[in-house]
Amino acid sequence: MGFERQADFGTPESGSAEQVRLTIDGRAVTVPAGTSVMRAASLAGGAIPKLCATDNLEAFGSCRLCLVEIEGVKGTPASCTTPVAAGMAVHTQTPRLEKLRRGVMELYISDHPLDCLTCSANNDCELQDQAAAVGLRDVRYGYAGENHLGQKPDLSNPYFLFAPDKCIVCSRCVRACDEVQGTFALSVAGRGFASKITAGQAGDSFLTSDCVSCGACVQACPTSALIEKSVKAIGKPERSVITTCAYCGVGCTFRAEMRGEQLVRMVPWKDGKANRGHSCVKGRFAWGYAHHKDRVTAPMIRETIDQPWREVSWDEALAFTAGRLNAIKAQYGARALGGITSSRCTNEETFLVQKLVRAGFGSNNVDTCARVCHSPTGYGLKTTFGTSAGTQDFDSVMQADVILVIGANPTDAHPVFASRMKRRLRPSNGKPGAKLIVIDPRRIDLVRSPHIQAEHHLALQPGTNVAVLTAMAHVVVTEGLADEAFIRERCDWDEYQDWARFVADERHSPEALEPVTRVPAAELRAAARLYATGGQSRSAAAGTRKANSAIYYGLGVTEHSQGSSTVMAIANLAMATGNIGRPGVGVNPLRGQNNVQGACDMGSFPHELAGYRHISDQATRTLFEQDWGVALDPEPGLRIPNMLDAALDGSFRALYVQGEDILQSDPNTHHVAAGLAAMECVIVHDLFLNETANYAHVFLPGSTFLEKNGTFTNAERRIQLVRKVMEPANGMEDWEVTQALANAMGLGWTYSHPSEIMDEIARLTPSFAGVSHARLEEAGSLQWPVNAATPDGSPIMHVDGFVRGKGKFVVTDYVPTDEKTGPRYPLLLTTGRILSQYNVGAQTRRTANALWHSEDVLEIHPTDAENRGIRSGDWVRLASRTGETALRAEVTDRVAPGVVYTTFHHPETQANVVTTEYSDWATNCPEYKVTAVQVAPSNGPSHWQEDYAELTARSRRVIHAEPAE
Amino acid sequence: MEIERLRYMADQIARNFAAQGEAEAAEATAEHIRLFWDPRMKAALLADDRSALSPVVARAVDLLEG
Repeated sequence: MGFERQADFGTPESGSAEQVRLTIDGRAVTVPAGTSVMRAASLAGGAIPKLCATDNLEAFGSCRLCLVEIEGVKGTPASCTTPVAAGMAVHTQTPRLEKLRRGVMELYISDHPLDCLTCSANNDCELQDQAAAVGLRDVRYGYAGENHLGQKPDLSNPYFLFAPDKCIVCSRCVRACDEVQGTFALSVAGRGFASKITAGQAGDSFLTSDCVSCGACVQACPTSALIEKSVKAIGKPERSVITTCAYCGVGCTFRAEMRGEQLVRMVPWKDGKANRGHSCVKGRFAWGYAHHKDRVTAPMIRETIDQPWREVSWDEALAFTAGRLNAIKAQYGARALGGITSSRCTNEETFLVQKLVRAGFGSNNVDTCARVCHSPTGYGLKTTFGTSAGTQDFDSVMQADVILVIGANPTDAHPVFASRMKRRLRPSNGKPGAKLIVIDPRRIDLVRSPHIQAEHHLALQPGTNVAVLTAMAHVVVTEGLADEAFIRERCDWDEYQDWARFVADERHSPEALEPVTRVPAAELRAAARLYATGGQSRSAAAGTRKANSAIYYGLGVTEHSQGSSTVMAIANLAMATGNIGRPGVGVNPLRGQNNVQGACDMGSFPHELAGYRHISDQATRTLFEQDWGVALDPEPGLRIPNMLDAALDGSFRALYVQGEDILQSDPNTHHVAAGLAAMECVIVHDLFLNETANYAHVFLPGSTFLEKNGTFTNAERRIQLVRKVMEPANGMEDWEVTQALANAMGLGWTYSHPSEIMDEIARLTPSFAGVSHARLEEAGSLQWPVNAATPDGSPIMHVDGFVRGKGKFVVTDYVPTDEKTGPRYPLLLTTGRILSQYNVGAQTRRTANALWHSEDVLEIHPTDAENRGIRSGDWVRLASRTGETALRAEVTDRVAPGVVYTTFHHPETQANVVTTEYSDWATNCPEYKVTAVQVAPSNGPSHWQEDYAELTARSRRVIHAEPAE
Repeated sequence: MEIERLRYMADQIARNFAAQGEAEAAEATAEHIRLFWDPRMKAALLADDRSALSPVVARAVDLLEG
């Protein structure tokens, strides 16, 4: 099949269960009540001409092209704004309509360049289509009158252009920016003939405006006024393939629109249940890294890490690697070997890496990047609810009455979900917006953005999450706001009473804890009441639906000494208020990487096999042993930080790292470097020579998500297919590389397609029992558990009871972190992310996204800056007890006095030189969010940064193989 | 493995269970170490001088040995 745009029904789904029957052009049609006549006609296979309507946006009724006649109704109403009614008889094509539409088109075309053949949107243009549909043959006005032709395009955005002369001012772009993205960066300036689309304020370009480059306006544009530069450069795509984004844990699905093996553009897929047709600057545009000149496509080896790399054949690389691994195993035992699975790779690839470690290396020393992000979520939710994942689907947010965001910055880190959340926070069609509580040391964008204002922003002292949540629980219990009926039915009542007694103690009151948390007690009490009651008074609540309060959290919760305690404190609060087990509520971890949920599900942790079953459980182990034909070590293995510690004492010597850059992403860079340097065989399997590769002996080139088949699992437990759209530049998909390494070690694996790996996962993992690639093809996506009880998956968990049986209340005592400020290090550093960059930046730094964020900067409060003589743009030295680096300062009151903030996207800054080895008590998840630091003016990069730049250059020397004759 | 680090980790676990009372905290600490620590880490802690450990951790180590 050739290229076709995704069907556009003109106006959104109504969502009503009630059905209405009418006739359109004599044909009987039954549609949900509230559906527009336009959509009904489209569902019946018709296509009423339209320009200002598109089904991602509310009907607007401005273009006057979609007029229809309705029997018994005067005039010619717009079909986009007219809802269907029972018995309605609609005519979409009559002599009167024909004439009216042609007149409208004639006016549009009289002020439009007639360069269709050389236009970027040629043959993929709604204006062109509609001119054809209305039979426009002549423009009686001529083209000589006043017009908008010849205006200069705005080329400032790296990915799309705005050509005002092609614009018909339908305002679809403006409405997409408002309704879909929620940024409100675009507007129509002027009136009548002078109307013009503008970005930002007068004098702004698209790049300098508030535009976040999500692409919603480009997708909405019916002409080539807003169009991808790649389409202009390449041409109209010839086919499209549905696949899943490889950036964050939202898991957007896209149509990869192709010409041959060339990707022309990525367009969000409207049927994708995670993104519902929306995208962000990363997924939609930042895929150029796939063919960046830095990409390594040939295997490389070196004897020692001070030598240059030597390009070799796959056979030589694999033989060298297997030889080293086998030798280390023979001399030091299986427990000296380990691996790190990639949260960027597919479920199938991750499963194979942990299988290689457990069945091939013979140890359980396997871990994944969740160690440094959401391992406390795994521990905390498993303990309290019985399963290591979020409780809701993303759609659930649309039914929330109160949204509590703690330690998450969704507009930067999970932008597409943030847009959905913002949609719920704004009033819509007479329905008030949900109320918002933000608990974060920084004033994140969500606190105050267009048409959104948080009711409460609790700007707590970093490191006091548990104290704040316990104080909130204190208010819930002591003010009688607990949902005791829910607790008695669903939870262990005795455990609840122990917990309630603990939190009710006066020392946990907001007043008693205020000196620690720095959150005003009255504000905290008000926030707790709002969360517990959903804003309803108790008398009003009687007889009405119980209000829905939902918690969304991120790494600001987990990356602390008490990360696991905070997760459990969140779970306690949700259970105590009965906010679990139905749409609109729940505990929702916003997972970081595209497949970090999947990596955890697939048994990437050293203590558990796929499906979160402990390695010491004999029945589970036996299942795997029989399937794999090997004996498994019943003892838990090393976690990433333990591996590095063990490397220094010589008991851990070989590490296979797939798609993860621990040197840049993990805390205390010096310690990570020392650990890696102590190993005898470090295998990096990646797209680029990353920072970890500076210490590697083997580099196995990897493949991008565009070059492989498999599945990713997003933050809502949704398993979605990843489909290959081009051949791997390195010659093999990543699962094939792992299989080749396994076979070089003599394991004899024979997978011929990732679907066979998924079949093995399903066979061995009860929560995946009903999953297969064929089933996913058919269903589009499935949310685990998918088994006999829930064959179509589980959008909401714990509906009739908790997975573990009774919900478990856990007493979470506030234990302050040992990382303390003092005279030498008086400020607290917290780290995070920015919209345009992703994780360590290996991908996004190699795209034009660098335009928005070319370096990490240090946010510092004006008072702290003034005390130190620092102005915005100055170089500053950032030092902790662990190390120091230098970067530029940005003076802003977004951070509180005493708190500084930076991102970790750039290796030149390497924020993790400064972060410490303190970690979560239960999981060793690093405490990235609290480091005591000092900041002082500086002249430029530190000595460490200069030395490191030199090391990097030295580590990336490559001796290329002679080309074959 | 550096014993200082292991002692610190064990103590941190114990402190987070402390609110349950000493006996329960020792049991929970022992169970946590049993479930999440690699054998060489367990062995190093078991071989450590008990007097260098906090009372709850020392009790947890007794439980792990028993």
